[in-house]
Amino acid sequence: MWTFSCPFIAYGDNALEYLAQIQGKKAFIVTDKNIVKLGLAKLVTDQLDTVNIKWEIFDEVEPEPSLETVKKGGIAVGKYQPDWVIGIGGGSCMDAAKAVIILLAKPDLQPDCIAASDTYNFRAKARLMAIPTTSGTGAEATWAIVLTDTKENRKLGLGTTECMPDVAILDPAMVTGMPPLITADTGMDVITHAIEGYVSTWGTSITEGPGLIACRKAFEYLLAAYKNGNDVEARKEMQNAAILGGMSFGNSMAGLGHSTGHAFGAIFHLPHGRTVGLFLPYTMEYLINGSEETTAKYAEISRYCRISSTGPDKECAKALVAKIRSLAKEIGQPLSVKDCGIDKAKYDEAIPGLIDRALNEVMTMTVTRVPGEEDLGKIFRYAYDGKNIDF
Amino acid sequence: MAKFLTQEWADLYKEAINNNKAYEEAAKTWEGDFYFITEAGGPVKETLYQYIDLYHGKCRKVEMVKDPSKYKPEFTISAPYSIWKRMATKQLDSTKALITRQAKLTGNMAKIMRYVKAANELTNSTTQVPTEWLD
Repeated sequence: MWTFSCPFIAYGDNALEYLAQIQGKKAFIVTDKNIVKLGLAKLVTDQLDTVNIKWEIFDEVEPEPSLETVKKGGIAVGKYQPDWVIGIGGGSCMDAAKAVIILLAKPDLQPDCIAASDTYNFRAKARLMAIPTTSGTGAEATWAIVLTDTKENRKLGLGTTECMPDVAILDPAMVTGMPPLITADTGMDVITHAIEGYVSTWGTSITEGPGLIACRKAFEYLLAAYKNGNDVEARKEMQNAAILGGMSFGNSMAGLGHSTGHAFGAIFHLPHGRTVGLFLPYTMEYLINGSEETTAKYAEISRYCRISSTGPDKECAKALVAKIRSLAKEIGQPLSVKDCGIDKAKYDEAIPGLIDRALNEVMTMTVTRVPGEEDLGKIFRYAYDGKNIDF
Repeated sequence: MAKFLTQEWADLYKEAINNNKAYEEAAKTWEGDFYFITEAGGPVKETLYQYIDLYHGKCRKVEMVKDPSKYKPEFTISAPYSIWKRMATKQLDSTKALITRQAKLTGNMAKIMRYVKAANELTNSTTQVPTEWLD
């Protein structure tokens, strides 16, 4: 048995008006200070006001939200007792909202104990909505929660299938002001989700469909969205690509680009999309060198996205890797660890920790060529100088 | 060849874990014990409890327990026989089984998720035991 889940999706121009159709009395908004400052939370609360839904804002979510922040949100939501919890923001805010709604149902639970195998029944109290202000994480269509254990300097992959939002609202008004760097960082996340979701060993034709479309749309529209944030068509297509990418990997599993990128991001505190996008080409080369099955799937993506339509699988797969690197370069993304401005000695010192973290991610196991310690170490070392993976 | 869920099988499983160098390395800091519970149903007439004590990369004990109150392990994983068999033969990923609630875990899942590689090696050790299945 395997399952596929996704939220009800309101999307396109004026999608926020869907808020005027929801049933409820009180909404608890989980977001960050910047979203409030930019007036994006107000776009949501204005809609809630039209239907007399009261609201309260918890705006303390930080990038890579900590267990402590979620606990604070849990206390606040417990006092407010809403019938909707709305995450507004990037993946951090939406993930925090997923954890906070669980604490509404189970106030005594420690956030790091949110387990896939448990049932929380939070819908007896409230429903969950996600309104992304970036086009990247796909968190609006996944049940996963990534929180940071600041004591151990480790990202925790938590969540349960119950945490899939009931509603996701994709309104281009929420993303048109996104700066180019965030567009680029989050856009690389879309590409990584889409490709890894498509080739995941846990994937099926049900998850391949959204992954493939997400790839094509991201390759078609990311550059345009980066160059001109007011290109509404590009913004809408990137929103669609992001949620489709989320539906793909969220219902299968991400892969090596994520496990290595997560490890790197946890230690060097760089944006998630940038780190997984950086490691994606290296890990793809690693799989191309040792797995015909995954190479064939990369070739399918390459052909469908019109990157390379002729030639054997290996050639098409390598063209896909080259395309990712050229797109990353065009949108100002680092192609190597060195490009991130990280000192080599510090990086070398961190490699055992990077290996340990990557080895203990489920995403390392959901690929057709599972690396051991030695290969992971080499992948990390090659990525420092931007050397193509040749093993 | 040992019959699944007998003490003879449990002894061989302990030996397989302790011969697994990859497990030893991946679990070198792990401390924690389990009940693997096979729910009654199918070829299993009554619920069976297998106690497993894992410590610093080694397996200290695997014991079929009649009275579950004998130990108070940190974790329990329970599933029907058919699911255990599918996990033990690597037809079903154990994480996937937990996500879809085909297997139920009690205890801190986050702790387990920090030892994914070790969990995978535990399953690999299972495949090293010549097993006579119950069905």
